[in-house]
Amino acid sequence: MITKQRPPVIQVQNLVKRFGNFIANDNLNFDVAQGEIFGFLGANGAGKTTAIKILCGLMTPTSGQISVAGFDVYRQTDQIKKQIGYMSQKFSMYEDLTVKENFQFYGGIYGLSNIVIRERTAEMLDKLQMSGIKNKTLNEIPLGWKQKLAFSVAMIHRPLIVFLDEPTGGVDPITRRQFWEMIYEAANNGITVFVTTHYMDEAEYCERVSIMVDGRIEALDTPKNLREQQGVSSMNEVFIKLARKQNLNNG
Amino acid sequence: MINPHIHIEGLTKSYGNEKALKALSVDIAKGELFGFIGPDGAGKTTLFRLLATLLLPDSGSAEVLGYDTVSGYKEIRKQIGYMPGKFSLYQDLSVEENLNFFAGIHGTTLQENYHLVQDIYQHIEPFKNRRAGKLSGGMKQKLALSCALIHQPKVLLLDEPTTGVDAVSRQEFWEMLKNLKEKGITVVVSTPYMDEAALCDRVALMQKGSVLKINTPQQITAEFGHALFSIRSDTMFKLLGDLLQLENTHAAFRFGDTIHFTSHNKEETSQSIANNLIAQGHHNVVVEPVLPTIEDCFILLMKMENNA
Amino acid sequence: MMKGFIVKEFLHIFRDRRTMLILFGMPIVQVLLFGFAITNEINNAQIAILDHSKDNVTTAITAKMLASGYFQLNKQLESSDQIASVFQNGEVKEVIVFEPDFAQKISKNHTAKVQIITDASDPNSANLLASYTSAILMDYVGEFSSIRPLPVNLSTQTSMLYNPELKGVFMFVPGTITILLMLISAMMTSISIAREKEMGTMEVLLVSHLKPLQIIIGKVIPYILLSFVNALVILFLAATVFHMPMNGSMILLLSESMLFIIMALSMGIFISTISNTQQTAMLLSMFVLMLPTILLSGFIFPIENMPVPLQLLSNIMPSKWFIIIVKSIMLKGLGIAYFWKETIILAGMMSAFVFLSAKKFKIRLA
Repeated sequence: MITKQRPPVIQVQNLVKRFGNFIANDNLNFDVAQGEIFGFLGANGAGKTTAIKILCGLMTPTSGQISVAGFDVYRQTDQIKKQIGYMSQKFSMYEDLTVKENFQFYGGIYGLSNIVIRERTAEMLDKLQMSGIKNKTLNEIPLGWKQKLAFSVAMIHRPLIVFLDEPTGGVDPITRRQFWEMIYEAANNGITVFVTTHYMDEAEYCERVSIMVDGRIEALDTPKNLREQQGVSSMNEVFIKLARKQNLNNG
Repeated sequence: MINPHIHIEGLTKSYGNEKALKALSVDIAKGELFGFIGPDGAGKTTLFRLLATLLLPDSGSAEVLGYDTVSGYKEIRKQIGYMPGKFSLYQDLSVEENLNFFAGIHGTTLQENYHLVQDIYQHIEPFKNRRAGKLSGGMKQKLALSCALIHQPKVLLLDEPTTGVDAVSRQEFWEMLKNLKEKGITVVVSTPYMDEAALCDRVALMQKGSVLKINTPQQITAEFGHALFSIRSDTMFKLLGDLLQLENTHAAFRFGDTIHFTSHNKEETSQSIANNLIAQGHHNVVVEPVLPTIEDCFILLMKMENNA
Repeated sequence: MMKGFIVKEFLHIFRDRRTMLILFGMPIVQVLLFGFAITNEINNAQIAILDHSKDNVTTAITAKMLASGYFQLNKQLESSDQIASVFQNGEVKEVIVFEPDFAQKISKNHTAKVQIITDASDPNSANLLASYTSAILMDYVGEFSSIRPLPVNLSTQTSMLYNPELKGVFMFVPGTITILLMLISAMMTSISIAREKEMGTMEVLLVSHLKPLQIIIGKVIPYILLSFVNALVILFLAATVFHMPMNGSMILLLSESMLFIIMALSMGIFISTISNTQQTAMLLSMFVLMLPTILLSGFIFPIENMPVPLQLLSNIMPSKWFIIIVKSIMLKGLGIAYFWKETIILAGMMSAFVFLSAKKFKIRLA
């Protein structure tokens, strides 16, 4: 809906990724606009992880024209990596380091000066109202807090795009909502958010949602339009309708 | 409850200073489909390990099928099926080899008890020569359930069987659990997905080792105790902020593509809220009274707990 | 019930390329490596000869020695004073001394003395050099006697400098068997049990009809068999490739090996009870079992040369006792009467670890 007015920061044309005979990504086409919250859904094994790896410059596609933040995924992966942030439920931060040390480490990776790291850490912790725990190690902190911190760390270098891979798995419903407030704020500041989730209510929070089935994008639209197209009242039903028919014959 | 299959009383367990489970008490009837609902850190896994006789409680007690989990662990182990959090399968063995193995260690065979797992196993039987490590999440889940069922247990303990599994597989899985329950098996499940609570006979909502509430999902939502409104406008981000600023706001939070709103003012109506918002410059305001879900209740209960 | 368990355990082993490599590649590589590292030293070993006699017999023996290909003459010495200095300079590995009037003594007394002095700071090659030298001398005696039908006795007097007792002799085969049995039995079992814990499958095993003892037995039987096969492979290689003598009873050797294998397996189970991840199990096996076995069992460093505290410490190394037993059987051809003490010590250690691991193996988590 709003995508037309904002420049695209992710452009994917005819993306194909094969592993031997197996086609993980079968001709994907989509654009993601600057400041958009883009939901990337799909059944387990539908090819989401492969696509995200390609967009993050961690894997080379078999064919297709793909640019991320204006850089080519075949040749300019180093530039891409400077412009993106990444956070997942599984890999977030070092458990045996303190909050401050984690920020320092990730800031250092992106070549930020100590002064900048200190400023941004203070600013972000202040916003999260977590300044009091900056010297605690991560394993002393509840999961919900950790996920919020991990999101902040992923943004410490002010990336253009942030990839969130199941960022709210296992998090309580209140913290989950607070997390989404952070996502909205980032998007409001012009950061593009590319997010995967198994919580279907979270799919409703996205501006646009793509649903992958068997390596293809089966549907891509706003949640409202998807519900109307399928004639159902929730994203959960949309997802089940699109993915179910494929699921029985799929490993 | 007369002759419950599971009887838990004041069950408490700590790891060092961290209290994982605080004085949990609940009875679960034969043939019940019971859900422990809560986020990570609620104490679900600790509870399941205590019930599966894998941990010793600090205080309190639990009985499964009439046997105490401490003194009667041998009997309990013979009669329960247990599926731990990470689908505990041998990744390097094939689907069939896994099932044969688990049948074998329970002193039975796949052929002998095929009828028990048939409904579930037939979903994955076409892939019986595939290594378990190469299965998708949904198929691993079905295989793990088959393995837990192969020795005809009277009680099934399933710790987060649907976590990380896609919505379609999750729905199929719940249908299977319903069938098992109809065969008279007591099914105890834990899940972090609030929407799955509605599929259980009764649920315990859990948070940080404590039970917030135990009841049927219908009763829990009936006891919500507030008028709940679902609100929408053209500018959702601003809408949430404005609703939180209202004088009588009790709670306002995003829910799908709308905002769920409760007020301290019992007189509040859809119309009064809409007027208020239009006055604040919102366009296309839609306010509808809605029935609360388990998630609404959980949020409310969490807030009460945190304020207490 | 147990059959399925053991089948499953074998499937794990056969499907993991790394496990297979450790199980079957390692013994062969180790034996060949140790074996050839030692035999290579023997080719063209530098020697010096101090010939007090310089007659036709000593010249003939010297020529025969040098023609063998094992020895190369570095220096002809003129007096015994020079012996110490050529060893200290590291110029030669062996000095052969012929006594004065060698040929005359043979024809008169039918006996003469040859002294073989070797640098035994490297005991393995020292012993090999000495035995090769003796063999050549005996060979010469054989030829000599066939020409003249008189009984001739060449008495060799061997001095091992720096390590007079020569404890490293043919150590590589007993040592390698010990290390490999330890590695396969203890490390592999502890890792495979820790893996079940890591994957969460141990929870399901515990909550089944299986008794803890059955789980333990199911886990170790495959490794007992594989360790045994490995012991046979090593012995076969030792006999065929390196002509290692096998002077004693094979059955006795294999029974003692079984004792050691079971001891090592129970150590492995013990390690697995105190480690929750494969990584911990591996590191513990490495540092608690492997390194002490290599360093303190007398395999590489002779125990006699160690400081007293380490000598005392070596007594608690099961491998030390096992190496003594293997040596006694293979090299000396002795029977159980000569090492019943060592066997009892080993059996005692085995019982202790079986008891400990059975006691420590938990019926619950944590």
